[in-house]
Amino acid sequence: MFDRMNPIDDTLFDEFRRVEREMDRMMGPTTKPGGIRDAARGSYPPVNIGATAEQVDIYLFAAGLNPDAVEITIHQQLLSVAGERPLITEQGATYYRQERFDGTFQRAITLPGDVDPDRVDASYRDGVLHITIRRSEPSGPRQIEIH
Amino acid sequence: MTDKSEITTPGKPSPQLRQESEWAMKPLIDVFEDDTGLTLHADMPGVSRQGLDITVDSDTLTLEGKADIAMTEGMTPLYADVRSNRYRRSFALSRELDTEHIEATLRDGVLILRIPKLKQYQPRRIEIRAG
Repeated sequence: MFDRMNPIDDTLFDEFRRVEREMDRMMGPTTKPGGIRDAARGSYPPVNIGATAEQVDIYLFAAGLNPDAVEITIHQQLLSVAGERPLITEQGATYYRQERFDGTFQRAITLPGDVDPDRVDASYRDGVLHITIRRSEPSGPRQIEIH
Repeated sequence: MTDKSEITTPGKPSPQLRQESEWAMKPLIDVFEDDTGLTLHADMPGVSRQGLDITVDSDTLTLEGKADIAMTEGMTPLYADVRSNRYRRSFALSRELDTEHIEATLRDGVLILRIPKLKQYQPRRIEIRAG
């Protein structure tokens, strides 16, 4: 029970708070107002984001895209993916369901501050656009020296 | 008897199977009909040919897919709109549809299914001979 007073645990909680702050930076704080560029859930295409100390991986679930019609840009910490998925409507056919996304889309993703905008890779496979951005330095704990 | 009913004990469904079926996403679809059949387009991003399973059991058509996403080792998820890597959706087929001749194509995560109508249900053009 007194183990909770142990300084090792304190660093662990610090680590949790650090992760929390980092997540807030990525997604916008959950309790405070969201970022003005944050997209609502349910926006097209759906996005998953993961990170390691070396890189940030962004997955956009957008089936049936023409990769040439997709534009990926990074400006400072903002990654923007814009494109178009025009669906061809069959003339003379009776439609029962039209649930799939049709038209132009844009999603903006706020990246961590340490990404290197010059080292970006993008690939499109089976309808998933995978963007990898390298981080310029490890985001692990750093020792700050006091002079 | 289907595979599933063999695995599942009646009245006591396997928790693993139940969990898996609950976690599957419903792929978004378009369905349209013309004179000769039905066409279904389904978005299943991440699913390759190997991960796709289409079954017809009596009058039920089931689409199942497993998305295979390349993940970096030791990755921490930061944000996720997509919470599952499985897709599943079933449809009841009507009797005029020819389930023996369903054609499926998959490209860039879009599945296209063509389900023709049986010949006797397709409209016939009647030629009028000049009298």
